Amino acid sequence: MKRKNILFNWSHLRTIILYTALISLSILFIMPFLWMVTTSLKSGEEEIFSYPPQLFPKHLNFENYKRVLELFPWLTFLKNSVIITFLSTVGIVLSSSLAAFAFATLRFKGRDKLFFLVISTMMIPYYTTLIPQYILFSKIGWIDTLKPLWVPAFFGSAYFIFLLRQFFKSIPRELFEAAKIDGCSTFQIFYKIYFPLAKPAIITVIILQFISAWGDFFGPLIYLQSEEKYTLVLGLNAFRGMYYTSWHYLMAATCMVTIPSLIVFLIGQKKIIGGITITGMKS
Amino acid sequence: MGNRSYFMKKRSSLGKKERLEGYLFILPWITGFIVFTAGPILFSLFLSFHEWHIFDEMKWIGIGNYKKLFTDPLFYHSLKVTFEYAAINVPLVLIVGLLLALLLYPKVRGTSIFRTIFYIPSIVPIVATATLWIWIYNPEYGLLNFFLDKIGIKGPDWLYSTEWVVPAIAFMGVWTVGPTMIIYLAGLEDIPKVYWDAAKVDGANYWQRLWYITLPLLSPTTFFLFITNLMGALQTFAQAYIMGGGGEGFGAPANASLFYCLYLYEQGWSWFNMGYASSLSWILTLIILVLTIIIFKTSNKWVYYERS
Repeated sequence: MKRKNILFNWSHLRTIILYTALISLSILFIMPFLWMVTTSLKSGEEEIFSYPPQLFPKHLNFENYKRVLELFPWLTFLKNSVIITFLSTVGIVLSSSLAAFAFATLRFKGRDKLFFLVISTMMIPYYTTLIPQYILFSKIGWIDTLKPLWVPAFFGSAYFIFLLRQFFKSIPRELFEAAKIDGCSTFQIFYKIYFPLAKPAIITVIILQFISAWGDFFGPLIYLQSEEKYTLVLGLNAFRGMYYTSWHYLMAATCMVTIPSLIVFLIGQKKIIGGITITGMKS
Repeated sequence: MGNRSYFMKKRSSLGKKERLEGYLFILPWITGFIVFTAGPILFSLFLSFHEWHIFDEMKWIGIGNYKKLFTDPLFYHSLKVTFEYAAINVPLVLIVGLLLALLLYPKVRGTSIFRTIFYIPSIVPIVATATLWIWIYNPEYGLLNFFLDKIGIKGPDWLYSTEWVVPAIAFMGVWTVGPTMIIYLAGLEDIPKVYWDAAKVDGANYWQRLWYITLPLLSPTTFFLFITNLMGALQTFAQAYIMGGGGEGFGAPANASLFYCLYLYEQGWSWFNMGYASSLSWILTLIILVLTIIIFKTSNKWVYYERS
């Protein structure tokens, strides 16, 4: 269904202006990516450090990617990133959906006050709790292990509890009551009815958590020390420190670290945009 | 009568069960809240009254850290750097986010492709973004100065310049405007179309409708985005850690990019002054709290809430 337009008078001139603006802004937004990819395919430093800069390489040199893969143990980094991202996503989905379900459907004393507490914790700056958390993990010997980066996920995240609660609230209460009369336990109602129904919201949570765990820098920076524990992002940072003038290698590495996020985003972009809209607006 | 009391009893026992189950379901979150949020907040306050190099004995020094902090030039300097960044970054991101949302709102053919293009940069890991932009900002061989040169502007040294390093990092933030744009778009779509129709009938042009109808009705969205973006800006870390001095980091050049959280990181993890770092984190928390309260208190002056 074509929507009737309100903001613009539907004249051709305005359509042309709109498209011109959209297309030129798109080129601006894409340009950095293009620069990243083309630099990564240039042959050697003479081509990179030439003036004026050439946007496109003389010939496409895919050797850079091979060389970058040889220079650093990227596969180990990839393994660590996958472990952290996978476990933290599983943890976030389980713990947040359980809490969200309780806040949305069950009646218990202090529920609304506790939910207010959940929302309040979203306002607490990341750095407030950071130092004691670091000390806690160092006391129990978790420094230089992957654990501090995924174990806390099993204790829920305020942001995702909020997002999922909004979704569970939209499921009619009659469904809950009917299942109860049919003899379902509360936990059965959760995992047989509510959890499957919330699939779109769960997918949103998975994607958002993937992107944030995959791209996290501060956590790995303070918790991981030995190279075989590095994540891809931390590996890229170390690589940058060593090859800081070899921009063809650097951009090839940057490209490789970026691609997984791009793929996940393109698979689930509708869900992401929906999720951001829920947390942003419907408070 | 007997029946009724039976049901009452049954109901109350069901209620009791539901109550217990409720607590059971949120138990992981409550545990996490105590261990990872509430406990650490209190402990960090406790720590901030101690001198503690992580390997030594903890020493109570009362408000010593806070006294030291208020005579520490780097504390003031890093605050200034961070607020300068926020003052450039937040308005820019809000304006560009709104502009893109307004362009995407008419839902012409291909809108979803444009929306994807504008959104994609914000999902790139920040270390990758920062690395890429160091290269773009390269004074001699970078893309930006090349284009500036083409239109006859001699570009500055960006990340190598004490004057430009913070604005450069702030400008980069515009590239990751995606979430702000999406929330503005959702805000626009929530505005009932009758308002625009009515104004159009009354002869208001696009700019008048934008100024007198769209912007006031969007002000709750702007309010929300202003707070979240400001909080994010005040906690900027990775960009500062990586980009200053064109990849040197650590506040380069000459501490010009010593953001507040970078200074906190240096105190905590380069020098392991956990007590002092805790007092820094508490001051940041207080600053954010006070700013949020001020913004909330003044919001009735500029945020328009529709009365239903």
